Amino acid sequence: MKKVRLTASVAAIMAGSVFASSALADAVNIYSARHYDSDEILYKAFTDETGIDVNVLEGDSDQLMERMQREGIASPADVMLTVDAGRLWRAEEDGLFQSVDSDVLNERIPASMRDPEGLWFGFSQRARVILYNRENFDPSQLESYEDLADPQFEGQVCIRSSNNIYNQSLLASMIEHHGAEGAQEWAQGVVNNMARTPEGGDTDQILGVASGECTLAVANHYYYVRLLHSDDEAERDAARKVGVIFPNQNDRGTHINVGGAGLVANAQNPENGIRFLEFLASDAAQEVLAERNYEFPVVAGVKKDPVLESWGDFKKDDLNMSVLGENNPEAIRIFDRVGWR
Amino acid sequence: MFRSGYRGLFAFSSSLSHRATPWSIALIAVAFVVALPVLVVFAHIVMPTDGVWQHLASTVLGRYLNNTFWLVVTVGLGTLIIGTGTAWLVVMCRFPGKRWFEWALLLPLAVPTYVIAYAYTDFLQFAGPLQSMLRDMFGWGYGDYYFPNVRSLGGAATVITLVLYPYVYLLARASFLEQSVCVLDVGRTLGRGPWKLFATVAVPLARPALVGGVSLVLMETLNEFGAVQFFGVDTFTTGIYRTWFGMGEQVAAAQLAACLLTFVIVLVLLERWSRGKRRYFHTTNRYQQLPEYALRGWGALGATLACLLPVLVGFFLPSGILLNLALNGGDSQWGTRFIGYAWNSLGLATVAALIAVGLAVVLSYGVRMHDTAFARVASRVASMGYAIPGSVIAVGILIPFTWLDNALNTWFHSHYGYIIGLVFSGSAFILLYAYVVRFLAVSFNAVEASLGKVTPSMDAASRTLGQTAGGTLRHIHTPMMRSSLLAAGILVFVDVMKELPATIILRPFNFDTLAVRAHNLASDERLAEASTSSLAIVVVGILPVILLSMAMRRSRPGAKH
Repeated sequence: MKKVRLTASVAAIMAGSVFASSALADAVNIYSARHYDSDEILYKAFTDETGIDVNVLEGDSDQLMERMQREGIASPADVMLTVDAGRLWRAEEDGLFQSVDSDVLNERIPASMRDPEGLWFGFSQRARVILYNRENFDPSQLESYEDLADPQFEGQVCIRSSNNIYNQSLLASMIEHHGAEGAQEWAQGVVNNMARTPEGGDTDQILGVASGECTLAVANHYYYVRLLHSDDEAERDAARKVGVIFPNQNDRGTHINVGGAGLVANAQNPENGIRFLEFLASDAAQEVLAERNYEFPVVAGVKKDPVLESWGDFKKDDLNMSVLGENNPEAIRIFDRVGWR
Repeated sequence: MFRSGYRGLFAFSSSLSHRATPWSIALIAVAFVVALPVLVVFAHIVMPTDGVWQHLASTVLGRYLNNTFWLVVTVGLGTLIIGTGTAWLVVMCRFPGKRWFEWALLLPLAVPTYVIAYAYTDFLQFAGPLQSMLRDMFGWGYGDYYFPNVRSLGGAATVITLVLYPYVYLLARASFLEQSVCVLDVGRTLGRGPWKLFATVAVPLARPALVGGVSLVLMETLNEFGAVQFFGVDTFTTGIYRTWFGMGEQVAAAQLAACLLTFVIVLVLLERWSRGKRRYFHTTNRYQQLPEYALRGWGALGATLACLLPVLVGFFLPSGILLNLALNGGDSQWGTRFIGYAWNSLGLATVAALIAVGLAVVLSYGVRMHDTAFARVASRVASMGYAIPGSVIAVGILIPFTWLDNALNTWFHSHYGYIIGLVFSGSAFILLYAYVVRFLAVSFNAVEASLGKVTPSMDAASRTLGQTAGGTLRHIHTPMMRSSLLAAGILVFVDVMKELPATIILRPFNFDTLAVRAHNLASDERLAEASTSSLAIVVVGILPVILLSMAMRRSRPGAKH
């Protein structure tokens, strides 16, 4: 008797999920490596505007790509959203994307922020900035990422683990500008200057500066803005003790990464997928990205968060984004060699 | 006194077993299906890796090995001492709070390692409330005082021990309770004091259970990902993850996983070998209320404190920290969405627990009926999934099932012109399968240890009296194993509630669990918001843990109600 009931409930669960997956037909199916609550606002706005339902699977980008590749022609994914140019490049290399030729996208997104063949499009930008303690550091002492390796800052730098893709992409850009040997020298210099063994995320590095554990830190800009807008009084106080430097303004510009998306090669709802991509480039969607998640929009003239507005324009490293992907494996090996955990 | 006298019975039972019975066929079928993903991962071993090993060996491998070794040793010893010690105290001694501790000691089981890691990190880090308060109170600045860093090997070992010791406690307690009072009485009449009785009678009798518990803990520690990653302690498992998903070196990663597994196998074999030919059966069915040692004064205080400490730091303190975070901020999506997450978590955990216990019974009874070397190896292979990191197992599952789905879709497409979608890999089926692969070892160890204590003379008597193998299992073994079956089910239930890496990779669309929600927020560095779902996992996990404890107390033969 028990067994019968058990079998019945298993069958019910399985049947339920099979129905659930066949009901996905008239919708857009998104594999997303982003986990921001503001994304929910985007999906809802898209459904309100078009009547197309949005189904989402969030996960780690490398794992989602692995899964998509395995799923092959049967994959339900229409759109893949991720937050790093290196990942977009890898997805492109693995043949996961198909090219999209949309006038809307080509017109609204600057050429440097999308793949020339329309395999992927960038929808938001994030700058990897240097943060300093306003109380005991004069920002004129430091101008570039290269300066972080300067021996005068020994024991003062907080930066997170090399497992993190943002650091991997930063080092990938250093490899492009200085060659593998130069990049390794730089990474070694940063390791020598570390205030502590890398721990925690970008937010923890900023809090480390605020609490005096380190004088300098490296983080993506929106983590800092998020702290400034935090509900928690202590976090707002901490953020106010910290200043921001946009590095390399006198030469190549600050290292930029993109959040982007592409139409999946085996998409079963390609029209809906393209409509979603076009929606991401709309003023409304760009505003959500810039006002709710504090990312820089890719479309000019979109309303931004006041903190972002106050920074004005800054010079961006216009490195070809695919370089970040190509140099990624080398970057990881360099991190291992210099003992950047 | 437990080793002699059964040779004849073994001969009897093995004469029954060398034919292919339904049990032996079921055993092999289950073992194969469950071991499939492990075998898929292992198929990578023979492939070449250009220079990856050289790179790993000359850079990071030493660190992985060193960290993993110390983690395993400290967590293994810590859980053994806490689990066995507290189990003995609550079973054999009378002291203030004993009744409460009986179940309260299980509470940390409901706390996932990554959740306790989030909680203590928030509380103890330099910028956290405790150190900030100390600095304000004494006017210290950075570097003026020493404070242990929670994000360290020691910190990781401590928090992992705190939430894993209940595995040992649970199995040790079940085993102490199942021990016939006569054995203990004989010990007492022969002049053994409480300590000697514990060391020379109770622990050896409980040995299979203790080994079962500690090996679960060790395997869980070896493939622990959330907490060690969060603490920045590089272990073999984080190394596998980085090699596979970061460097894109699947083959080298699978080979690392194979090394990890080999280590586990050696460990298990060593234990079997040291146990030798000894077998531990209960020789009598006479049970009665265990006479307890009444502790007074310092002894009672000591016992109370010894039981209180692990519950306090393993459960109440982290829960309090989370509650505080959740109340002052918390998840903005608190509400109906949450019921959905909780419902998914609960449903998956319940179904997976039932399947895992059922299969564990099939496997262990199959081995009992068909006790050949092949059957024993097959049952071991089936429980290997536990020792392989969840994300690796998930890929091992994806490979065969997506292949099946692709073949199915290609066939449908060429015959009917449309795609039917992912029948296997896109539904909850694949998740349940993954949980069984991951956690069969948990239920199998518990069931096997319990079944092993039922003397074969019972089987012989039952079969002589005309019962079939299935009838014997139903009418003789199941009632005797009830508490262990329950324990096995609850352990799997709680494990599934907490499971993260495989769930993230394999779950269907729009299907989030509490663990996934907590992870997504924490990986976006929003610990305060992650606290709500973390706390929810703990709360949902407490109820079955309490039920389990109550049921176990009732189920002891001879216990007074």
